[in-house]
Parts: sequence; C-alpha cells; structure tokens
Amino acid sequence: MKARAFSYARPSTVMEALETFADAGEDASYVAGGQSLVPALALRLQAPQLLIDIAHIEALRGVELQGGWLRIGALTRHCEVLTDPLIARHAPLYHAAAPHVAHPAIRNRGTIGGSISHSDPASEFPAMTLAMGAELELVSRTGTRRVAADDFFIDLFQTAIEPGELLVAIHVPVIRPGHRWAFHEFARRRGDYALVGCGVLAEFSDGLIEQARIVFFSVGNTPLRARQAEQCLIGKRLDEAAVAAAQALVGGDLDPPEDEHVPPAMKRHLARVLLGRLLGQIMRQDS
Amino acid sequence: MNALTSLDRPNSYIGRSVPRPNAKRLLAGRGRYVTDFVLPRMLHVAYVRSPYAHARIVSIDAQAAREMPGVKLVATGQDLARLCTPWVGTMDHFKGMKSPPQLPLPVDKVVWSGQAVVAVVADTRALAEDAAETVAIEFDELPVVVDIDAARMPGSPVISPELGSNLCFHGKIDTGGVDDVFANAAHIVEEEFHFGRHTAVTMEPRAIIADYDASEQQLTVHHATQTPYQFQDIYSRHYGIPESRVRVIAPDIGGSFGMKLHMYHEDMAVVGLSIMLGRPVKYVADRIESFVSDIHARDHRVRARMAVDADGEILAMDVEDVTAIGAFSAYPRTSVVEGNQVYRLMGAPYTFRNYRADLQVVFQNKVQMSQYRAVGHPIACAVTERLVDMIAAKTARDVFEIRSGNLIPDDAYPCTSPTGYQFEALSHHACLAKLRQMMDYDRLRAEQAQLRSKGIHRGIGIATFVEITNPGPAFYGVGGARISSQDGAIIKITPSGDVRCLISVTELGQGTETIIGQIVAEHLGVDRNRIKVITGDTETTPHGGATYACRGAGIGGETALQAALKLKANVLSVAGAILQEASEKLDIQNGWIIDAATMHPRVELAEIARIVYFRSDTLPPGTQAQLSVTHHYAPQGYPFAFTNGVQGCHLELDVETGLVNILKVWVVEDCGRIINPLLVDEQIRGGVVQGLGAAFFEECAYGDNGQLTNGSLADYLVPMAVEMPDIEIGHVETPTLDTQLGAKGVGEAGTAAASAAALNAVNDAMAPFGGSIAQLPMTPARILKALGHI
Repeated sequence: MKARAFSYARPSTVMEALETFADAGEDASYVAGGQSLVPALALRLQAPQLLIDIAHIEALRGVELQGGWLRIGALTRHCEVLTDPLIARHAPLYHAAAPHVAHPAIRNRGTIGGSISHSDPASEFPAMTLAMGAELELVSRTGTRRVAADDFFIDLFQTAIEPGELLVAIHVPVIRPGHRWAFHEFARRRGDYALVGCGVLAEFSDGLIEQARIVFFSVGNTPLRARQAEQCLIGKRLDEAAVAAAQALVGGDLDPPEDEHVPPAMKRHLARVLLGRLLGQIMRQDS
Repeated sequence: MNALTSLDRPNSYIGRSVPRPNAKRLLAGRGRYVTDFVLPRMLHVAYVRSPYAHARIVSIDAQAAREMPGVKLVATGQDLARLCTPWVGTMDHFKGMKSPPQLPLPVDKVVWSGQAVVAVVADTRALAEDAAETVAIEFDELPVVVDIDAARMPGSPVISPELGSNLCFHGKIDTGGVDDVFANAAHIVEEEFHFGRHTAVTMEPRAIIADYDASEQQLTVHHATQTPYQFQDIYSRHYGIPESRVRVIAPDIGGSFGMKLHMYHEDMAVVGLSIMLGRPVKYVADRIESFVSDIHARDHRVRARMAVDADGEILAMDVEDVTAIGAFSAYPRTSVVEGNQVYRLMGAPYTFRNYRADLQVVFQNKVQMSQYRAVGHPIACAVTERLVDMIAAKTARDVFEIRSGNLIPDDAYPCTSPTGYQFEALSHHACLAKLRQMMDYDRLRAEQAQLRSKGIHRGIGIATFVEITNPGPAFYGVGGARISSQDGAIIKITPSGDVRCLISVTELGQGTETIIGQIVAEHLGVDRNRIKVITGDTETTPHGGATYACRGAGIGGETALQAALKLKANVLSVAGAILQEASEKLDIQNGWIIDAATMHPRVELAEIARIVYFRSDTLPPGTQAQLSVTHHYAPQGYPFAFTNGVQGCHLELDVETGLVNILKVWVVEDCGRIINPLLVDEQIRGGVVQGLGAAFFEECAYGDNGQLTNGSLADYLVPMAVEMPDIEIGHVETPTLDTQLGAKGVGEAGTAAASAAALNAVNDAMAPFGGSIAQLPMTPARILKALGHI
C-alpha cells in the first residue's frame, strides 16, 4: 500500500516546530525516526495532512550529565542508546534493553523520544523510563514542564503529552552505588515484541532493599509497575524466600489482555519466571 | 599424492561447486524483477477487497472512484466475466473431485476475507488506492465455514450449493488386512496431529504486468512465476487469444517455492484490464495482500496409528487425514495434490505392507490452500516419524535401532510401497549410519543425560524421509492438466564459438541456469564462461514443464545433456569434414577439437564456427553444418525419481518458558548424482529453515469469523537468522539409471523432514516431564500447555 498524499515541513528549531503544528491544527503529526509512523502511513492507518519532520532540530540531540540527572535528547537514536557510554553508566536499563529493541536497521533510525511518545505497551524504552523513575521534558508554545514517568503513561498509545506538545528530552536520575538492576525479555524471535519483558531497579542499603521498581511490559495497556511485588521486597534481604514471595504476588499486579495465542495465564506464568530470573541475577550480583 | 578423480578430467563441471554466474548481477542490484519494469503508458491497479469471509455482494457503487484524479478504469466481476471464461481446479484422475468455477473477480458473492472484488486502474498505485477507498460495496453477510469439522457437519452452510456439500475430494487406500494386524499387534501407538496453515512469504511478492496490443492481438505478460508456459496456455485459452500471440516472460524471480505457479484472481484480472484499456497494467501484491491472497499451505488434522509386533517390527499403519483448502481448489494443479501426497507418502521409508488411509479434502471460507515446497511431505514425515518414536519409547528401543530394524533394506530395490509408489533405489540405511556418525549420537545422548541432572533439557530427534522428484506425465498430464512433464532445450554455437542454451526450466534464484551451464559445458566440451543460459520467455525458449516438484536438475538437466551431445556430434561431423578425419576419432575439450586418442589439439571450435558461418564455400559439397540443435526429453522410466534421506535435530527446551533454542540440524540426503554440491547444500539448508519455520514459527491464524488475524510480518513469524542453527549436510549418491545424468531432485528434502525431526526432538526433551506435543507450529503456549504449566 502507498501512503495518502501529505504535506511536509522541516523546522529547524523547537519553537518553529510548535508553531507549524499550531498553524496546521490537529491534523498534523511530528515525525522523527518514523519507525512506527511510516508503516502506519503506508497502511493508511494514519493519514495526517502534514508531517512535521523534527529530525533536524539540533536542540533535541545529545546526551549530557546535569547534576544528578542524565539528560537524553529525544532524538537520540536506539543505536546510540546501545553504544553511548554515559547511558551505559548512568541509565543502565536503557543500555540493557537496547539490544532487544527491534533490529539494527530500525535501531539506526528509531529515536528514544519517538518510542516513548508512541508508548507502545510492548516497547522496551517506555517501560525502562518508568523503571528508572525518569522525568519527561515537554515543551509547548507556552512553556516547559517535566512529567514524572509514573504520571506519563496513561493508556494504550496514550501519554501525558498534550496535542502540539513536544517531548524534547528524558531526564534519568543517575545510578547510585547501592543500585542493582536487571533486564530481560522473553520473545519468540530476537527483536520481536516481547511475550513478556521486565526491568528491575533496586536500591540496597546495608544489604537490605530500600527501594524497588519492577516494571513489566507487554502485559497490559501501558508499562506496569508490579507494586505488590515491589512492596514485599522493601526492607528485606534479597534471598530465595524474598524472591519467591515477590513471584507469588506478581500475578496479581498484572492485568494482561485476553489473547488467544498468548493467554493471560501464560503471561502471568512467564512474568513469574522472568521476575524469578531477574531477582536471582541481582541476588548473585550482591554475593 | 592425491589420486585423480573424475573432476580432474577436462571440462569437468558436474560435481563441482562453481558459483552462480548471475549472483554478481543480483548482488550488484542489477536484477530485473517485474516490479522494476516500467513500460510506456503503463497503468497500475489496486483492488478493493472483501472484509467478510462469506457474503453476498448486494451492490457496488464506484461512481466516486471513477471521478477521482488519474483513474482510468473501475472494473467489476461482471466486466471481466465478459472477457474471461471460468476455470475449474479439478483433475480427472482424482475421481469424484469437485470444485466450483472461478472468475477473475466475483460476480455475486465473496468466499474469503481479502478476496479482490473491484479493480481500480489509475496512473499510479497511490492514486488507484485513493480511488479504491471511495468504492462502496454493500455486502450481505453469510454464515461462515471455518472449522474442518463444521465444514463436514450435516446441516452446516454449503459454500458452493451447486456442489451439494463442502467435500472437495474423498480418497481411500486400503491394502486389506489392517484390522487383523491391529487386532493381533503386540503394541499400538496412536496420535492426533494438527498442522497449521502457513504461507510462502517470498522476498519478492507476486507481480505481473499485462500488456495487450490490440493492433497485433498480442498479449505480453511479464510475470513473476516459475511456470511461464502454463500461464501462456491459460491466458490463451481463457481470453481466447491464439497461443502464438501470447508471450509470457518470467524475468528474475525473488523466490517462489511453489507459490507462484498457481492461478491468482488478481493476476487473471490484470490481463482482462489490459485488454479493456489497450495499455499495460501492473499489479504488485504488497505484503498485506500477499498474506490474504497467496496460497497457504498444509492445514491438516491427521489421526494415525501404527501397529508393531513384540520384536519391534512395524506391521501396519492406519491414517485419517482431513485437510481444508479454502473455498475452491486451486487452478490448474488442484488443491488435492497435497493431501494425495500426504496419504501416499505415509510410512514410505518402511517395510510394512498393511496400510489403510482415508483422505478428506474440504472447503471452507479461507484463502486457497495449494502446493508449496515439499507438497505433503512434511505432514507424512512428521506423522510417520513421531509414531515411530512413540513405538521406540513403548518398546524401550533407541530411535536409531527402531529405524534400522524397519527401514527398507538398501539391497531390496526395486520395490513398491503399499501406496503404489515404485522405488528404483533408495539408501535409507547408508544415510542413517552416516547421520549417526555425523551427529556423534552416543556422545549427544550421554551429554543429554548429564545436563538433565543440571536442569538443562535438550532433545534429540531424527526423521527419515522419502522425497518425490522428477515427476512424469502421471503427475498432471494424465489428469487432463495442460502442464508438461517434458522439457526442451535449444543450444547453438555462435560465430565466435560461444554457446547459447535456451531451456524451458526456469531460474527462481535456486541456480537452475548455473547447473544447466555446467552440464552443457561438460558434455559439449567448452569452458563454462563461454555459455550463456537463457530461461523464462515463451517467445524464445522451448515449451516445457519449467520448475516444479524438483524437476529442474533431473529432467531439465537431462534435456540439456542430451541436447549438448547432439550438438557435439554435429560439431564433430563438420570438424571431421574440415580436418578430413573420421569424426569418431575427434573429441572436444576446452573449446578445441582434439584428437580423441592423443588429446592433441587440432582446431579451435571458434574456427569451425567461423568456417561454417562465413566460409561455407570451403566445406565439401553437400555439407550442411548444424550448429544449432533442439532437443526435448520426457521421463519414460519410473513415474517419479524418489530420493531419500534422514535429518537430525538437536535443541534445548526452556521448560519454564516453552522457548526452544535450536542447537544444530544434520541432514544426510541422497539426490542421486550431485551436479553442484554448493547449490545442493544451500537448497537443503533453505529447505530446513522453511521446515523449522513450520515447526516453531509460521502459522496463518484465523478467528472464528474467518478473518486472518496475523497477516503482517510483525505478527506472522518467519524464521530469522538468529534463531537458525548450523546445518551440517552429508550425502549418499545413488544415481538414477533412468537418465544418463543420474540426477534426482533435492529442493524438497530440507523441508520434508526438518519439522518432523524438530517435533521428535521437542518431545524427547519433554520426556522426563511426561508431556507430549503433536501440533505444529510448536509455540511456547502449546509447549507450556503440554508441560502442564498453563
């Protein structure tokens, strides 16, 4: 299939992009890497009148350390997430997830800002954004705001981004010495959407878990925190009993949709297995 | 010192891994696929498709589409029915077979979701799609027949009421004595198997340009197909254009696997649209269209049982196969061939004599199911080989032992299978022994036991198979289908002493042109680089069967061989006249006429050609040199050249997740004389990958309403490089004596048994947990269910 005809604009600043969008009304769409949008255009699932190509806006690029936060420009490509040393060190769950994000050709073009704005519930980066407790920097014609990841993912393909607003950067609180983390996903083929995926970030103090963020993806309409599993770990030493307790609770944390091929019972089962393996990995990191 | 081999002879190309001459061109991006062709005044068609699996067409309103920019024609089923006669996908030798008549586009009702209903032709594909969106079709939904049991239930809706039922074909084979054998057997194993639908997913989708020139009444079709002659015949007969004025050109083809030899409604419509417009019309299926309109394959439910005596000897097999083929049988090869090969290949490697099988081929509201690589083989192989493994388990025998005790002995040929297949010479035991050694089987078993104690669960599976190749006219011709089992070649020597070979077998990326070049070079006695092989144009290449059922090497190759010998005799005859020497004392080597006894060069072939073409005045009176020959060859010995082999699969099963890591596959195969080892091995590897796709990944999933629910490459999983194992290949060579070349086919071998070996390996890995699986593909969900986790 071929996309319907559309107009194309290529602003060079954020403000120009915002104004172009405002002038076009809501029948415009920003495009950066285009790895989700362009197939949707080709399938005529989406047919905006105007595409605003933000890929050439310099201010949306770059990765830098700002105090206790790592600022990752929205245009940072998946392949850069995979190789950037600052991300590897300070936002390690992105680094761990990146090899599982699609395939090299897609990673060469896809951007982290695009992935998070699109908010596919099976995507790795939105989930890891939530797992690391990042904040999303949104810019509109009237100003800038930062939204915590916990408030950002609202529903299926729906985020806190208002029409015309642009995600310009992701701010990740940097890893501290007591942090341990692990990431994995089960997929039928490397690079596929995961059957179930999970990232865990835990902060230890004196051998006890002080904070835990356990985020699953591909199990609901948005990335999901396994809050009961998280809670049951707080204040505990991470041992086999603690792992088993968290595993026992995780099924209740998730609400996988009905799916003939991957039924909810299977998603819950895989989530339990995955959580057991990830916590086991963290346990072994400690020893 | 290394001994000399037959490969050290001059011009010795057969048996050598020479690279494909066309590979560099394709790698350089200079391939010429139908999609690349831009003809003057060419238009593009987009189709409006049915959203329903079964519905009456109440009305079509295309007025808005006709007024859209760039639109040149909007055509319906009625419009095309005026030009094109209907076709029926039956063959006479399948007694009682039924199928409804087909037209390019439906006139009154649709029978599967995705069926093309209205054609919109415009200046560009995008404009045609814009206009197609405005076509309003009113449908009246009809009850849908999806399930194979529902299709046969009394009182269920009948898709083609004029046929009386949804049964396309019912076949039975019975050698007699089966009930008695089962009644007295020491052990019986039985299982119900499910094989999902999958599809070809060629890199290049279907593509066609029809170009009708009314001034000459000439139809030229550029068609991505493996069988141009078959389509020349079909277009000629159904559109009433004399055959001599229909030209079908199959240029570079990006994979076919049997998918591109069936008649598709969109393709037939394109011809009619070009006739209506007097302009070239192009149609290229996009990936979404491919999923809903390319043939699907398999879709079987098989109940089978096997009886064995106390000594582990297999005595009998009893099989019931129900297969669903969509709403009609494909044309012109029919959709019964798959089921027919399933129930005739069951148990083919083994000695037992008592066999009974029942085949029911049913209609349903899905896209047509028909021949795809290894037609029927993987079903017959998986059923047979799983039952054999179950017998091994039941009688506490090793999987190699049970097979070596039951496979037809290598010295028992010729012999005939209980289903009537005549085997000239197979080599099951030699292959089995070689596989065992290649796998280092005893070490693998020891390692398996050791790893199980560590919670690592590996499985080992093997599967023997028989493959149908080189079919004679018994395959299609006797059934009334105008599909040739013979091939033709024209070989000519140019004035410079180069060689051109025009041959009816076709190139789909598998290397046909390469091996034909090797055969001609060896038997004519010239350098391979001086030979150009030309295929795929009905205007220039002789009529033949082209490519299907593994016939390119065996039949096409023999055609080329005999044509080369004929031409060589002509060359030596005129060379004898020129050299004043008896032609039988001469030979050709590396493009030189030599003295056969002393090997001394006498005169260059190019010099002979120069004299023949430009100085015929210097030849003795009465000499009319023939430096072009035409030769046809049709198989006349065995009805098929059967091949055989065995595969081994080693994998690791994650028993908590149901995910499988395929560690290695081994194949030992006997395709007779090997012409090009590299191409043979890559045929097998590609086939194995397709078989593993069927085993673990590929399935066309349908909802209860007959909607395909995974019709994109995001949802339909094809095997990818990361998941594929190393595939190690060994050979046993038993040439057929039916031909001088001795080659049989090899294209189906990989696919035939890969899924069976994988099925056995997964079951082997699961054995400690008491679970078992008999459904392909083996998805994580099905494996977890078999293990009792969900």
